[in-house]
Amino acid sequence: MSTTTSASSRIAVGFLVLAASAASAWAAGGHAPYGFGTTPTESELAAFTSPLPDGRGLPAGSGTVAQGDALYKGQCASCHGDKLQGGIGDRLIGGRGTLVNDNPAKAPIKTVESYWPYATTLFDYIKRAMPQNMPGSLNDDQVYALCAYILSEAKIVPADSSMDAKALAAVKMPNRDGFIPDHRPEKFPPVAKSPHQMLGFAGPLK
Amino acid sequence: MRERRMPAEKSGPQDSVADMLREAEDRALVADRSDPHSPYHPGANATPGGRRRFMFGSLAVAGAVASLPGLARAKGSLGSEEHDVPADATKVPGYPLADESYGTRSQFETEVRVRFKTATPLSSWTFTPLQGSLGIVTPSGLHFERSHGGTAVIDPSKHNLFVHGMVRSPKKFSMKDIKRFPSMSRTMFIECSGNGLTEWSKPTMKTVQGTHGLTSTSEWTGVPLRTILEEAGVKPGAKWLLAEGGDAAAMTRSIPMEKALKDCFLAYGQNGEAIRPEQGYPLRLMVPGFEGNVHIKWLRRIEVSDAPFMTREETSKYTDLMPSGKAVQFSFEMEAKSVITSPSGEMTLDGPGFYEITGLAWSGRGAVRRVDVSADGGKTWRQAALQGPVMPICHTRFRLPWQWDGKEAILQSRCVDSTGYVQPTLGQVIAMRGLNGPIGSIYHLNAIQSWLVATDGKVSNVHYY
Ligand code: HEC
Repeated sequence: MSTTTSASSRIAVGFLVLAASAASAWAAGGHAPYGFGTTPTESELAAFTSPLPDGRGLPAGSGTVAQGDALYKGQCASCHGDKLQGGIGDRLIGGRGTLVNDNPAKAPIKTVESYWPYATTLFDYIKRAMPQNMPGSLNDDQVYALCAYILSEAKIVPADSSMDAKALAAVKMPNRDGFIPDHRPEKFPPVAKSPHQMLGFAGPLK
Repeated sequence: MRERRMPAEKSGPQDSVADMLREAEDRALVADRSDPHSPYHPGANATPGGRRRFMFGSLAVAGAVASLPGLARAKGSLGSEEHDVPADATKVPGYPLADESYGTRSQFETEVRVRFKTATPLSSWTFTPLQGSLGIVTPSGLHFERSHGGTAVIDPSKHNLFVHGMVRSPKKFSMKDIKRFPSMSRTMFIECSGNGLTEWSKPTMKTVQGTHGLTSTSEWTGVPLRTILEEAGVKPGAKWLLAEGGDAAAMTRSIPMEKALKDCFLAYGQNGEAIRPEQGYPLRLMVPGFEGNVHIKWLRRIEVSDAPFMTREETSKYTDLMPSGKAVQFSFEMEAKSVITSPSGEMTLDGPGFYEITGLAWSGRGAVRRVDVSADGGKTWRQAALQGPVMPICHTRFRLPWQWDGKEAILQSRCVDSTGYVQPTLGQVIAMRGLNGPIGSIYHLNAIQSWLVATDGKVSNVHYY
């Protein structure tokens, strides 16, 4: 609800427009800018972090594998396992070579190591959503350190690595080229040719 | 909302995901079958006049009982108030009208959402009880839920939406500001792209709540996203925007600018009142026809960009892994789909005779044009009646009268949308996308559902194609 003051000033504006042209005061509505809202401050916007894969948007700071190791043991291992093998939270490493598979009895193992295409996503996700019981509690140096540690356990970067904005954006993830655009809507093969058909035939629509 | 995140999946074998779902459903059904008021109760259909539908289930009650051991069923169902039941309601006054009230449902109505027992209730989902659905609208309290950091509690007077990035003038809108813009309403479905993920390689869930309960329809009210973007002034070269939630997961997804300007809107209303907390109170991004996850709840920020952000939910999750090892990314649209909600799994037909076959059909690409129903596993089809008005990107109710002869029958529905797309059989989908593990490529399963009616009237979930 607008205040009385702004309501009356809007009415005043309305009358002015009306005076100019009776039709335009009721015109189709779309006339940005309406002038609602305010301009956010630099510091309000600085509270948000959303890096792009090329590294734009990554903050300053850095952290080493060793620092990440200690942080992981204290703040992550309880849910993701001391060997990053998973628990309440996802398994984080392993699974390379399991993605090519057409066997319903065998599951692919999708982890940061085997599946994630960009290392910048790791910074972004840990920064805003982890640890799950205290999201948003880690500073940028700590998040870089955790990225370094997880990527090192995944054997994507050496164990003496340090991560910062430049180094993280330069990491080439093993499954970097593993994604393709949506090809739907699909042109399905005829029902009679589908492989698992047991019985029946869906005839053409009448 | 689609995914599953249990320890088992994390360590590889996805099979146990389905096992967990099945166990949760089983617990619910066991409780339900022992409830004489439940349509899943063995004798339930013996009182035809008493029930609008001979066999509607209340998985719900089951769920409530399972999760709240202290709740005695005699106290009335969730969301109701218990009143004494007179032998003859014409002989005693009813309960008086309160000076102020919000209203509850009847104490005899027991349907509830049922949560899938993930490792943590902070990242979990609940299914809408479609078996009892009437018409096309889902009651707000039964709209399916999916969240990754619990349900956020937000004071609307302190909530802001920031719009920044590639815009001429960054903006901060209070909820009051948002509500001053010209408004709009739209009745539409939201479906989690993980709806039916247990059903890829074998029939797994027993009821339609379990196989299809991650779709719901509401009337949503809000402001076109285009209006908000125009207010900030999108700069040339902007191609994507990031939408971020103000919950503990700070859920983020990238949306193509073209879609944002076409028909997205920001909803603050649901079914005539404020949007429910679990649906994103006070503000939710609506992306008509796209998978549920991109309808960012508790919306607090929009960042305009020239490229997608590649967030965790559009890389690690919500991507469809094919047998080739390549994963389809940004598979946004929910394709045409339909399901018979009655008769459906775990119901029992009370002998040969007349039954109405009814269900829901929907498409993220347009309106439902027709629905065909088969009682012989797809050999022959009959066109069902569609309840109007048929709206695009909205649940559409279909109905067909049926005379059951007491012989084994396989009920299926198949819809066609306004683009001419025909809902495929499961065999066609598998031929196209393969089966990379027990739950295949997880997302976007929209195959024809089969319900087997046995000669004893018992209905069950089968694969038949
Ligand atoms: C209280 C339990 C808990 C703690 C502690 C925790 N996590 Fe998590 N984590 C989870 C859960 C649960 C998920 C899945 C969330 C979802 O369903 O969206 C997850 C998801 C993740 C993912 C995404 C995995 C994928 O494949 O998509 C990463 C990466 C991650 N956590 C890293 C961390 C790090 C680093 C820490 C320590 C700073 C941490 N987590 C602490 C529970 C936890």
